[in-house]
Amino acid sequence: MPRRDDIQKILILGSGPIVIGQAAEFDYSGAQACKVLLEEGYEVVLVNSNPATIMTDPEFATRTYIEPLLPGPVRQVIEREQPDALLPTLGGQTALNLAKELHEDGTLAEHGVELIGATYDAICRAEDREIFDATMQAAGLRTARNTIATSLSQARVALETFGLPLIVRPAFTLGGRGGGIARTEEEFEQTVATGLAASPIGQILIDESVLGWGEFELEVMRDAADNVVIVCSIENVDPMGIHTGDSVTVAPQQTLTDRQYQRLRDQAIAVIRAVGVETGGSNVQFAVNPATDEIIVIEMNPRVSRSSALASKATGFPIAKIAARLAVGYLLDEISNDITRSTPASFEPALDYVVVKWPRFAFEKFPGVDPGLSTHMKSVGEVMAIGRTFQQAFAKAMRSRELDLEVRPGAGDLLAELETPGADRYDLVLEAFRRGASEHDVHERTSIDPWFLRELRELALDPEGPFRGVRCYKAVDTCAAEFAAETPYYYSAWERSGANEVRRGERPSVMILGSGPNRIGQGIEFDYCCVHAAMTVRESGRDAVMVNCNPETVSTDYDTSDRLYFEPLTLEDVLAIVEVEQPEGVIVQFGGQTPLKLAAGLEAAGVPLLGTQPEAIDHAEDRGRFGALLGRLGLRAPAFATAHSEEEALAAAPRVGFPLLVRPSYVLGGRAMEIVYSTAGLEDYLLRVARGADRREIFLDRFLENAIEVDVDAICDGEDVWIGGIMQHVEEAGIHSGDSACVLPPHSLGSEMLAEIREATTRMALALGVVGLMNVQYAVTGDDLYVIEANPRASRTVPFVSKATGIPLAKIACRVMLGERLATMELPQDPGGDHVSIKEAVLPFDRFAGSDALLGPEMRSTGEVMGVGADFPAAFAKAQAAAGARLPQSGTVFLTVTDSDKSAVVGIAAQLHDLGFAMVATRGTAAAIARMGIPVERLNKLGEGSPHVVDWIERGDVDLVINTPTGTEARSDGYEIRRAAVARGIPCVTTISGGMAAARAIAAARAAAPPVVSLQEIHGRGSASPALAT
Amino acid sequence: MLAYVLLEDGTRFDGDAVGAPRDVTGEVVFTTGMSGYQESMTDPSFARQLITFTYPHVGNYGVSASAMESDRIHARAAIMRAAVNPSRAPGAEQGWLDWLREQGIPAISGVDTRALVRHIRDAGAMRGGVFGAQTPEAEARERITAEPSMVGLDLAREVTVAESRTFAGDGDGPRIAALDTGIKHSIVGNFTSRGATLELHPCTTTAQELLASDPDGVFLVPGPGDPAALDYVVDTVRELLGRKPVFGICLGHQLLSRAVGLDTFKLPFGHRGANHPVKDLRSGRIAITSQNHGFAVRGEPGARLRTDYGEAELTHVNLYDGTIEGIRLLDVPAGCVQYHPEAGPGPNDSLGLFDEFIAEIERGSRALA
Repeated sequence: MPRRDDIQKILILGSGPIVIGQAAEFDYSGAQACKVLLEEGYEVVLVNSNPATIMTDPEFATRTYIEPLLPGPVRQVIEREQPDALLPTLGGQTALNLAKELHEDGTLAEHGVELIGATYDAICRAEDREIFDATMQAAGLRTARNTIATSLSQARVALETFGLPLIVRPAFTLGGRGGGIARTEEEFEQTVATGLAASPIGQILIDESVLGWGEFELEVMRDAADNVVIVCSIENVDPMGIHTGDSVTVAPQQTLTDRQYQRLRDQAIAVIRAVGVETGGSNVQFAVNPATDEIIVIEMNPRVSRSSALASKATGFPIAKIAARLAVGYLLDEISNDITRSTPASFEPALDYVVVKWPRFAFEKFPGVDPGLSTHMKSVGEVMAIGRTFQQAFAKAMRSRELDLEVRPGAGDLLAELETPGADRYDLVLEAFRRGASEHDVHERTSIDPWFLRELRELALDPEGPFRGVRCYKAVDTCAAEFAAETPYYYSAWERSGANEVRRGERPSVMILGSGPNRIGQGIEFDYCCVHAAMTVRESGRDAVMVNCNPETVSTDYDTSDRLYFEPLTLEDVLAIVEVEQPEGVIVQFGGQTPLKLAAGLEAAGVPLLGTQPEAIDHAEDRGRFGALLGRLGLRAPAFATAHSEEEALAAAPRVGFPLLVRPSYVLGGRAMEIVYSTAGLEDYLLRVARGADRREIFLDRFLENAIEVDVDAICDGEDVWIGGIMQHVEEAGIHSGDSACVLPPHSLGSEMLAEIREATTRMALALGVVGLMNVQYAVTGDDLYVIEANPRASRTVPFVSKATGIPLAKIACRVMLGERLATMELPQDPGGDHVSIKEAVLPFDRFAGSDALLGPEMRSTGEVMGVGADFPAAFAKAQAAAGARLPQSGTVFLTVTDSDKSAVVGIAAQLHDLGFAMVATRGTAAAIARMGIPVERLNKLGEGSPHVVDWIERGDVDLVINTPTGTEARSDGYEIRRAAVARGIPCVTTISGGMAAARAIAAARAAAPPVVSLQEIHGRGSASPALAT
Repeated sequence: MLAYVLLEDGTRFDGDAVGAPRDVTGEVVFTTGMSGYQESMTDPSFARQLITFTYPHVGNYGVSASAMESDRIHARAAIMRAAVNPSRAPGAEQGWLDWLREQGIPAISGVDTRALVRHIRDAGAMRGGVFGAQTPEAEARERITAEPSMVGLDLAREVTVAESRTFAGDGDGPRIAALDTGIKHSIVGNFTSRGATLELHPCTTTAQELLASDPDGVFLVPGPGDPAALDYVVDTVRELLGRKPVFGICLGHQLLSRAVGLDTFKLPFGHRGANHPVKDLRSGRIAITSQNHGFAVRGEPGARLRTDYGEAELTHVNLYDGTIEGIRLLDVPAGCVQYHPEAGPGPNDSLGLFDEFIAEIERGSRALA
């Protein structure tokens, strides 16, 4: 069947901000789909709220809307664009749920928009547990015995029928959010309550337990002629009971016989047919009891998924790209295999290597959170490694994780620890083997298949074993070398003979080091920059060589570079690739800390680095040298000191002056950074944090209270400096810049201050010798400008600035690094435009029961969204809505603020009162508000007896919380208030400036829904205002 | 203990001896299937061949009686990257390497099988051997040279049954006579479970002998070696065509094709694996197929063919390289496929073909009666 000509314009929904359970993999799949559909001659309309994505680059769609992924804004886009079709299968659960809503509310029918890829009925059959079970039974397949409950009493019936343990899963949530395993009656009641609250339709599924069974996933593709292929099988090394996103997984499956595997294959095909996914990819999950041969269908996703991104990278079969072609009518045999170019896509990849995926966790960011693993996904990123053997791949994946702190198993009973699996379980398994545990011992505790345990024991006892022989690079070619490959990608293997397969060619190459696993503090923004670097290198006529180990990314798409090496980002691994590639230069400034950490080692090995040299990086990072440089330039910085012991820190503190910003020397994303207000506070910090900091240096900085924080991204070519964007933070200094909302252009800085900032940035960049990007953070108090820090590398804000201004900063920086001059590029002096763009952080507190939802100097956000509007309130309202903290239009506001904020909170209260909100507050705050003549109801604090504030929140009587922190004591009222608000999904504002912005945004949203506008309109013809004005 | 693979062109790959301690020669081939090692080793079609497994780990789930495709190992050796020998896997009755050793089959592990496969892919399947490190290369080379080439080799006589055997069906389906050039248990099972009775005869059985028992149809089964060396079977088939419905798989497909006047040729390195797409040109549907053949039938896909028995239609084509995967005669009840609908190992996409075979045999048998 040929390409469909009855549709011309296709709407694609992205997946929004990076959150746990829905990460960069949907940028990878969405970007592929957009590219393919444009190539096929369709008009593509894209909606995604996440600016740090490649898919929202203007050239990836005909019209790109950075708007909240909510029915309202998407309906506005549909009304404006009148697309013929909506492809909902590439933007994760977010896009699927949204498509479902738009069908149910009649929007799609009203505007004649056809759902392609998956129909409404197919989505329901896969997503609604009851219908899914009935569908599977009708197809002769077994699902776990289960029941659906919408109340605790209904749930109790299951407890009586199935017995414990039981698995509770809320309907329609991401990555199992809100679900869990109940082993005791107490746990059961708790899990049921959480699950009911987490499901948007108040529905949970209670499953009979298949804990300990083998967990398998098959990636299935089907075309309109009902041809079906299995792209990849994935086996979870962790058996059932640990969410597949948190499991170590391996491809292809290792432990099933051919007959067992073929049965899974038959069932996966039966599932996709029964659910009725007409075209595209689906993921089917199975539990297999190895002893009895029983197979249970766990679930199916009628869309591309995290696993399908992994399967694509593991096999070279680009699932999303092919799904997009299938959705517009092509058949599998009409699409060619990109890698071989000579065979069709209607085949099943044959692997001659082993792929291992490892999750990356961030529990250190959320003290007080249960670090145990269960059916509720908690990891924030992942790595993938390819080896010729399982042990090679497993060991490479382990070292790809780049842990901040090495896992050091204690002297205790490791086997007992293994009974409750945590993020460190494989470190413990390996150590247990080294201490003499048997495979049987470990199997008893973990239910891990004996095949894996045998391999892991060998690896534990002889870690060098898999790496004997000669290192060589083998190709991923989809066909186990049966055919010659045209565009393969590479992995290192250790072989007796060392036959290398890399075809280097004659062109000069530039190597780009990626950013490794996503983690808090180093996310998709850096992958975005690396992809732009690869595009720029290719445009310059050189070969782009990418090195990265993160399967979720666009950078590890084989299309992004000329040669991709799927390798760990350690010095040793990178130097080995340099040896083969002999690049003209290596780029380390786009991938965040990961490649930057390698700069010195690469330089020492004589590898040419492009752009800013390690000496300049050191100059900016060494506090003493940088302080001296600022002095020479006449720039101000807050007082600081560096201490090498607790005593030194306490001695230096009065000299620097309180409040202090304290942190250990080497931190990413502000880890372990705190503000202390007194000597007692510092002593407490040193006791809690610096003890564990390995006697490294402790940094003390004077903290500027109530300062406005400013972020600047600039590019320097050694002679000229171009300011790409100046952003003002919404929250005051003291909130990590990654967690703070920021506005471009700045909303309250005068032109003199902006000129001063430009001047200071220019002089610093030139003085440091920056070639490429530099990010500077400033604090402004009154008329005084302070330099907080300067980082000569790509920053987290580069994609946001690029989307806000329409100028691709990373590409310009890369051109400069390749030798071009800024003076020849005709860049605008002030690229701001006359619209307002706001970046807002997205925080994962709702996934970590028990964590404090308070913003501070330590970064906790996993992702970001952007709101674009004609003015600040409109943009802020959009950004809040996109971030999931949809502000209420009416109702009750609860206010409780620290004494110094009492006068400021009154203004917010007055504005909300005028908008018709009812006010409730704790005693002090209530008194301040009442004094201004605003009616307010006083609530009890926790210690003042029930009904107290937390009761109010938990009852759902509050619609918005404004709470600024009073101190650092753990388990304070503030903590309980924020925890309760997060648990109920009530927006919780923790700063005064955030509160003011919220009040203005509510007023704006009440006036009218802000208009939607595409990036192409904003930037293309430079006439943003007409499009943005209502 | 060290061992090595030597090819007839002198290319050598080193590894560890992990099977029976003896030297062996034959044709070195590779299969890209990622599971089903035991099925492959016991498939008679691999007679006189040394199987290179492209998937690195082999032996993961041990061996068991239920995975046997015949009563013994037919392949001459296993060449692997990372063989393992666990016997504690669920369902395993014995460790993979223990079994190979017990059966006297040499095996080598730790070989850069990908480099070996790339060499065969570029240079073609060739003779070679697996040798213990103590065997001098010169001696190994002589032994390889002494090994006959696969072209022109009749191996059906080596693997065929000594005397006729009957496998009763689970029902009252047709009685099918099969000429045994290397039957697999999965083929027998697929007929008997559908109610058909399979009478297996030595490949040297004549047409008269077969007709004497008056079967409802004749089935030509897979097997090793060069179809061009089996003129005696081809002659038998020529006598049967038009008198009995004749259907076949793999070598059976090649023999039927030769019987109607088509040619066969040796593929450069064969088709062996579980992932080849085959399109049924009648329905447009694609099946992922199990493949195991070194020879193929010559012809242009899509075209109608003139044969000695009237017109034939190409029914199936391999989407990888366009080779012929299925033929059906239009004037006499006969047809065949090159791939393995019985799987064992491989995907079950084409099991329905057995229903088709049986239905056509029944229909053809009534028409010819």
